[in-house]
Amino acid sequence: MSKKEYKTFDFELSLPYRLAYGPTWTRFFEGLQEEKIFGTKCHQCNRVLVPARSFCPQCFVDIDDWVQVSNEGTLVTWALISFEFYNQPKKPPYAAGLIKLDGADVSMFHLVDGFDMNDLDKVKETLPIGRRVKAVWSEEKKGHILDIKYFQPI
Amino acid sequence: MGRPVAIIGTGQTKHGNRRDVSYPELVREAVKAAFEDSGITPKDIDGVVSGTMPSMMEGIGMTQFYLGDAMAAVGKPILKTETCGSTGMSIAHTAYYWVCSGEADMVLAVGHEKMREGESQAVMSSCFDPFYQKYFTSGAPGIFAMQCQDWATRYNIPEEKVRDAAALLSVINRDNALDNPYAHIKRKVTVEDVKKSPIISYPIRLLDVCPNSDGTCAVIFASEEKAKKIGTKAAWVKGVAYRGEEYNFGDGDKVEWQSAIQCAKQAYEQAGITHPRKELDLVEIYNPFTFQELLIFECFGFSERGKACDDILNGFYNRDGELPCDRSGGVLCTNPIGAAGLIRVAEAAMQVTGKAQDRQVEGARLALSHALGGVMQFNGLMILGSEL
Ligand SMILES: [Zn+2]
Repeated sequence: MSKKEYKTFDFELSLPYRLAYGPTWTRFFEGLQEEKIFGTKCHQCNRVLVPARSFCPQCFVDIDDWVQVSNEGTLVTWALISFEFYNQPKKPPYAAGLIKLDGADVSMFHLVDGFDMNDLDKVKETLPIGRRVKAVWSEEKKGHILDIKYFQPI
Repeated sequence: MGRPVAIIGTGQTKHGNRRDVSYPELVREAVKAAFEDSGITPKDIDGVVSGTMPSMMEGIGMTQFYLGDAMAAVGKPILKTETCGSTGMSIAHTAYYWVCSGEADMVLAVGHEKMREGESQAVMSSCFDPFYQKYFTSGAPGIFAMQCQDWATRYNIPEEKVRDAAALLSVINRDNALDNPYAHIKRKVTVEDVKKSPIISYPIRLLDVCPNSDGTCAVIFASEEKAKKIGTKAAWVKGVAYRGEEYNFGDGDKVEWQSAIQCAKQAYEQAGITHPRKELDLVEIYNPFTFQELLIFECFGFSERGKACDDILNGFYNRDGELPCDRSGGVLCTNPIGAAGLIRVAEAAMQVTGKAQDRQVEGARLALSHALGGVMQFNGLMILGSEL
């Protein structure tokens, strides 16, 4: 490779979008605004899917059997994010995890918080796999996934 | 599997920080090398397949417009295939199917990325929906950390053992990269260096993680008739398989990882492999994160469930072990994403044709190449052999 530095061209792109939620996700996210977490149940495989879907990805059938699942569940796995990168929901360190809510057959991503994150050993002690967690709600709700502020160990 | 298909030539750029060339120049560097390696010229090619992950990595939406000239695509049909991290493998599959179908006799596959020209984490965060997954998936190490913790807990593997095995795997890959003239990161490290490197996302540390690379890989696929007529040593495609699973990360089990398990099963059936641990001579695993490679060893049946750590610590995957892994240094040392899966195919082809120079595995006859993509959503394989 040559030692000579060639020219570079700097530019930025900022692109506006407006994405449609559709009926199922509109209802799911409006549910969060009321502090309710909804799933939909597939009549073919009998699984309750959270977040709610308009069809089952395994059976490929339409589903509209709405089920309110619990605001509490079990921590399936987690990660402690220690470095900063673009588009993070908050400043590190913070924990994200997979939570299987009581009444759901699949897990969903969310933040796990409400305890001291600065000592890794304490985090490991606080978050054994299988730890029970509970949704903590944001004060201001916008019909958004972060209306659930985070899940807190109970 | 349709009619036989061979790989008759491969080409790679020197991967790394390639600000010394424009994107088309970078692509053409690998394409020219593939033509030189195979001894054919652009006029011999019936079609071109290209891909990147995702196009916007370099801020140019339709890379096949911009890069078509550099891929010798003028006057030819061109296809583009994109499947996130597994793009490079999917390009190989597309080229394979094209020749296999009989509609083309020689196809050029090109995987390319110039990751250092954009903000890679920002671009990759644009791969996810902004409704419910993006906030928790942006920054790949987090989801890989979750998969690792789930795996280690499931099989009761002591934390210290997982850590030692992953650190040793990092050392093995990095040592291997020292022999690879195309590799990006070429730095000798020790197990202690890995274990003391900064935590990115517990349990993943800096030296468990791949770099951002610029690079291109080109591979030429040919029919049996053409391959024999050209007469250079060819790598024969013995097995091709790909599996997807649900988009929502929490729908699937990422330990008993079905897309990995099922696609290996299909590729082994095609290749007539019943004991992959014994029959394969080497593997080129798509390994952006050390911990995940350990889990993949188990999903692909090289190691028993929960035993990959023992195998790595016992030297099974060393360069002189029973099943050398990523003799190229893997994705861990070189990661131009859209090319990374195709590099696995190219490296496997070089091995079974005896062209791998300093990193040649003695007597290699059967090699497995792999790539994965999405939020653990896709796995793809191509198995190559030295004989038809
Ligand atoms: Zn179903």
